[in-house]
Amino acid sequence: MSRAVAVAGTGKADRRRLGATELVWLALVGVTIIGAILVALDGQNLFSIANTRDVLSRSSLLGFVAIGQTLVILCRSLDLSVGYVMALSSLIAATTMNGDPARVPLAIVAVLVVAGAIGLCNGLIVSVLKVNPFIATLGVGLIIKGYLDTQYQGPAGEVPSSFQQFGFSRIGPVPLSTLVMLLVAVAGILFLRKTRTGYHMFAVGGSADVARLSGIRTGRVLVTAHVLCSIAAGLAGLLIAARFGTGSALVYNSGYDLESIAAVVLGGTLLMGGRGGIGGTIAGVLILAVLDTVFNILAVDPFFKDVLRGTIIVAAVAIYARRQIDRKASRIRFGGDGGSGGSAPPGSPPDSAPGDTGDPVPAGQGGAR
Amino acid sequence: MTADPSPAGAGLASSATTLLRMSGIEKSFLGVQVLHGVDLDLRAGEVHALIGENGAGKSTLMKILAGVYQADGGTVELDGQQVGFEHPLLAQQAGVSTVFQEFNLLPERTVAENVFLGREPRRNRLVDAGRMNADTAALLKDLGLTWLRPETRVSSLSVAGQQIVEIVKALSYDARIISMDEPTAALADEEVELLYRLIAKLKERGVAILYVSHRLKEIFDLSDRVTILKDGSLVDTVATADITSDELVRKMVGRPIASFFPDKLPGTEAGDVRLEIQGGGNEQLDGIDLQVRGGEIVALAGLQGSGRTEIAHALFGVDRFTRGSVRLDGRPFTARTPRQAVRAGLALVTEDRKGEGLVLNQSIAANARLVLDAVLPRRAAQGARRIPGILSSLELVSRGSSQEVRFLSGGNQQKVVLAKWLATEPKVIVLDEPTRGIDVGAKERVYTLMRELSAQGVAILMISSELPEVLGMADRIVVLRDGRVAGELTGGSGDLGEETVMALATGHDVEGTRR
Repeated sequence: MSRAVAVAGTGKADRRRLGATELVWLALVGVTIIGAILVALDGQNLFSIANTRDVLSRSSLLGFVAIGQTLVILCRSLDLSVGYVMALSSLIAATTMNGDPARVPLAIVAVLVVAGAIGLCNGLIVSVLKVNPFIATLGVGLIIKGYLDTQYQGPAGEVPSSFQQFGFSRIGPVPLSTLVMLLVAVAGILFLRKTRTGYHMFAVGGSADVARLSGIRTGRVLVTAHVLCSIAAGLAGLLIAARFGTGSALVYNSGYDLESIAAVVLGGTLLMGGRGGIGGTIAGVLILAVLDTVFNILAVDPFFKDVLRGTIIVAAVAIYARRQIDRKASRIRFGGDGGSGGSAPPGSPPDSAPGDTGDPVPAGQGGAR
Repeated sequence: MTADPSPAGAGLASSATTLLRMSGIEKSFLGVQVLHGVDLDLRAGEVHALIGENGAGKSTLMKILAGVYQADGGTVELDGQQVGFEHPLLAQQAGVSTVFQEFNLLPERTVAENVFLGREPRRNRLVDAGRMNADTAALLKDLGLTWLRPETRVSSLSVAGQQIVEIVKALSYDARIISMDEPTAALADEEVELLYRLIAKLKERGVAILYVSHRLKEIFDLSDRVTILKDGSLVDTVATADITSDELVRKMVGRPIASFFPDKLPGTEAGDVRLEIQGGGNEQLDGIDLQVRGGEIVALAGLQGSGRTEIAHALFGVDRFTRGSVRLDGRPFTARTPRQAVRAGLALVTEDRKGEGLVLNQSIAANARLVLDAVLPRRAAQGARRIPGILSSLELVSRGSSQEVRFLSGGNQQKVVLAKWLATEPKVIVLDEPTRGIDVGAKERVYTLMRELSAQGVAILMISSELPEVLGMADRIVVLRDGRVAGELTGGSGDLGEETVMALATGHDVEGTRR
């Protein structure tokens, strides 16, 4: 029986694996604590109502985009058109509403339909025409940009004050938009955990061949992910319209495309697909929001701010990459682990193998240079 | 209560029921025929071993059964009805499942998620994870695998555990026929035992198992009948009880050694030791002792996965030896990267020509200069001047040196790879399966080249699965098994036969040679 347990894999390894999402939330806690200390040294309080509100309202906009981006990245795809979809959506919303509260539902439907259609295009180009998603979504994004630049020379449309509530009203310290974003996140998590399509996204991203051989229609799954991703970007566009009170084409310059990808990767989703989830992404979004708020309070130079953010993102991904390498140890025949983890008793530390052969570092005269 | 026999079997003595009959199976790839009218039948509840040397056609036959390839000729009958699986999924739905060597699992998902992938049970349109885990647990319990938990992530399982998940997945499709390609290749001894027990359980249920393996011990331990293939033809199908392992080995390899191996050139003699490995080891290898002298051809023989390529990789800086020492021309030598290895005078002609040897969409000239330009820029111009001569002496057939290599035949592609390395004037050249998938003419040209290099004092380490080639070319043969040296044989004439090499490689004792 004890051997059987060993073959089943050590519980220790299992626990370490499960930590992936929790690790990101722990990182969020760490970042928040360090940030709070730095802010406190400056004589202020990171947890004041105003600052908390700042963190949350920052995260709601990026949150929508990153939730959608998580789905496509899980499928081993990518969406670089989200920034343009956001801009277009804000314009469609504002011009359709045109200051009339009665037209709000129509505007929302219009935004979702247009965004969904763009996602459908992205998905079909990637899955049917087999264009690399990077190029496909960049191209679609440029097409939208061209349309926006020729049609809208500035802000357009007017959002009625009733819909502006979506951007500004709060329940306690929590902005309404953050609540909506969290609701969408919960829906996304349930989608991934409870629907076949959600399950199949992990399969398509993990190995398209395995998915296909198991009878999954990989193209459909990919298209679904892209449609949902664009719709999420459309929701972000609606929020922009509510906050600005008008539609703005220039939103596409704000870098939400790359920032959403950074948040997803920071949240522990593998850029190569197949592993991760929305829970981690939300933590990634919050980490970025906390950083921004802390930098703002401390009045860090904006250019240096980017240097810090870049460093943090790269460092985080480097840590994930290391964890990934650790796991490849399953086919070891000799050395460290006493052979495929099969013969070592479950509880024993990996390098307690008897004798000196287990030393992974060249010993004594070995490893001549 | 044992499992019901197959629904079509209708209560007949299940051991005699023929489930599957393949007759006259033919298959060619790019004009090379790899299966010549092979017959195979599988009975319910039997383990049917399929053996043969590398390249005998075992995998191809298996893939035809699995629906990965389609046969060019012959018929496949399942329960007396002719079938042709155009897609692996169709085979699976008909009850024919295959466990391939490369795992078909999603490592980041759980056991249950993998087993039910694409068929997740639902309730109210939502995936019912509880039922999925319960069904998987029931399946595992049925097979006596209670230690395997449905919620465990596959990547945290050992190789054996993953293999077992694959088999469970195959079974969950109500498979009546399961074929396994070298299922023990990556397993430790005690893990093999687990697999044995699982196979016994499957037999009890009347599942027919096609078991592809090189390891004679397993074949005698497990199988009821054995089918032997050689060079794509059926040699024999016999009851395992009626044959000895000596006979089996003879049937597997017994053929006259082809006579097209050129003799040594006059003046070729073994010089000083150029390459020496002492006690080399890493995660895949242990206690490797090896010497290659200038002007000598040493062959590394052994089964796939025995550690041959791993030695080449460790020498060349793709991987590393973590124990032991390597000497090149008497001086300690460690390559941390292939670049250092090339600078030190090593060359590695890789096994995977298209993936690792060539940039397929570049020209012959660009490919041939690749290593020179990248690693030895100071000698590049001078080396490049030799390339046309090398290519013409290799009798390269092409439409000129600007032709993209992807349009060349396998043999001519290999000549470009060889030219690329010869241009660097290596002291030691490692050839990994130098003649795999190339035509006879090109093979002969490669052999002649090896003789020419020997005469110039180059040390050659040849990795090959083709025993005639090993016996025909090598001065010495180092046989590997499970990452260790199983024995060393002196080549050339004498009574050394393929049987001796095969016996060492498979661990079938001849003269008490044990690790």
